[in-house]
Parts: sequence; C-alpha cells; structure tokens
Amino acid sequence: MKKIRMTVGILTMALVSLITMSCKDGKKEGATEPMSNEMHQEDAASEMMADNSSKEGSSAILDNYLKIKNALVADNQEDAAKAGGMLFADFKKFDKSSYSSDEQQELTDIIEDAKESAEHISDSPIEHQREHFDILSKDVIDMIAITGTDQKLYQDFCPMYNDNKGAQWLSTTEEIKNPYMGSKMPGCGKVQKEIK
Amino acid sequence: MKVFKTIAWILLIAFVGIQFFPTDRNQNEAVYVSDFMRVNNVPPVIQNKIEVSCYDCHSNNTKYPWYNRIQPAAWFLEDHIKEGKDELNFNEWDDYSDRRKNSKLRSIISQIEDDEMPLDSYTLIHRDAKFSESEKKEIIKYMTKLKNNL
Repeated sequence: MKKIRMTVGILTMALVSLITMSCKDGKKEGATEPMSNEMHQEDAASEMMADNSSKEGSSAILDNYLKIKNALVADNQEDAAKAGGMLFADFKKFDKSSYSSDEQQELTDIIEDAKESAEHISDSPIEHQREHFDILSKDVIDMIAITGTDQKLYQDFCPMYNDNKGAQWLSTTEEIKNPYMGSKMPGCGKVQKEIK
Repeated sequence: MKVFKTIAWILLIAFVGIQFFPTDRNQNEAVYVSDFMRVNNVPPVIQNKIEVSCYDCHSNNTKYPWYNRIQPAAWFLEDHIKEGKDELNFNEWDDYSDRRKNSKLRSIISQIEDDEMPLDSYTLIHRDAKFSESEKKEIIKYMTKLKNNL
C-alpha cells in the first residue's frame, strides 16, 4: 500500500513539474509571439515604405501625435492609448538616413526618448498618459525643428500643468484646446508661436 | 472528504514542484562608472535614501528578502525588477542622453510627488524604504536642481 502511494506521489510530482514547465514555456511563447508578428508586420511595412521619403515618416508621427492630443483633450484614455501604440511603431521605423550626422545623432536621442513615452501612453491611465505627453511634446517639437513639416502648426503652452511648471503641445488649430487639463479647463493656455 | 484531501495533496505537490524552477538573481556587486551616485555629487543622506528605497528594483543589485527563496514569490519579484530596470537603471545613469536624463528626472519627480514610487507593495515589507514628507521634499528639490542643471 505504501509503495503504491509513493509511486503515485512521484508520478504526480513529475506530472506537475511537467505541467508547470510547459506552462512557463507557454507563457514565454505567448510573450514572444506577438513580437514576431509585429516584426513580420514591420517587415511588410518597411517594404511598403521603402520608396517613401522620411518626410512622410515624420508626418505619420505628427498625425498620431495629434491623435493623442485630440484624445487627451476629450479625456479619452482609450483612443490616446491606441494612437500611442501606432506612434511607437512610427518612431521605430523612422528612417533618418537622409539627415546629416549631427542631425541623426539628435534624432536618435529624440526617438529613443519619444518611443518610451509613446509606449507608456499606449498602456497607462490618463493622468500618466498626460505626463508622458508632456515629455513627448518636447521631443516632437524638437523633431519637427529638424525634419520640418507641411502642416501649419501652433506651439501652445499651458502654464498651470504639472504644479505650475507648465507644458507645451502642438496643435493644428489656433483655438486653444488643452490636452493636459481636458474638460476641466479646455481653454487654458496660449499660443507661443506658429510653425510653418 | 476524499476530494479535499486529493486537492490538498495536488496543491502541496505543485507547490513543491515549482520550487525546482528558480529565477535568475539580480545580483552584481560591481561598481558602475555610469552610476547615478558616481556621476552626480549626491549628498550622503539623499544617496542613502535613494539606495535603500529605489536600488532594489532600479539597479543591477537587489538585496533580496527571505521569501525570494520561495516560488511563486520569486517569480513575482523577478517581473517587478525586470520592469523596474527597463524603466530606470541608476547604475546606467550616465549612459542616458541628456534628453533622456531630463525625461527620467521629470518622471522621478512626479512619481515621488504623487506617492506612486516606491510602490506600496514594496514599502509594506520594506518599511525603511518609505519616504517621509521631509525626505520627499529633499529628494524632489535635489532632482529638480539636477534637472535644471542639465
């Protein structure tokens, strides 16, 4: 009787170890799978983008940046997160080869920093999204200074955000719609300058 | 009754079973040239507080609690440490560009201001990691100065 019990015990233990092991592997596989999918998508995307100039890369970035801005103006965490995910991909595939080496260095720093904020925006509650939108705005403003843009933009400033330290953002309209305060104070801020 | 007994046995065996899957330990006593404390002139009081409160998850050297020897606690800790180091690694401070230092400092300041860091789940056990109001003020003041001097 004792012997049977022991055999059963050992067998169960082996089984459980197997299960946990495969579970852990399963988890790992699950984690890597979307990444490889993403890579395939990226390959396809970069093939498609092959003959596009980097100007379009920066306008894709600006488009998704503005989507985040509009979502934050409307207190819409979900849309901001979606655009954040797309923005992250835009930064990742941005082609800076047509710029001078100084500009490339600067762009590398900007993209490195901006990617992190885009990622945070893609999976955070709204107040944290706004924090990273502040960092992101600085990056995008500096990026546009290098890449230029076809769109007419307004560089706005809200003096109250972040304990009165203030924060900037970019908009396509002259009218102030504040992404940091949302519906609490939609009109807070002023135009600092026009970018064309 | 028999069912409960079987379940209890299975749980026990599973618990024993998972102990055979240890995690990599985040331990490295090396001194980093790029460490936050080395490249910045940090006052000793602030240095000590940051090392006690932040370095377990934001550096390459963790002072593990006893329960890290037990699964699944160790897995949980491993995840936290990995995520923490991805966000900010004080050992690699000087490898960040000025732009990133600026962004990191901005995040450090607001996370501490809003009591989001150190995590509640961490200070629950590490009582000495908690910031008092005056410590909070001191650290924020120091980090702000660092940010403005970048």
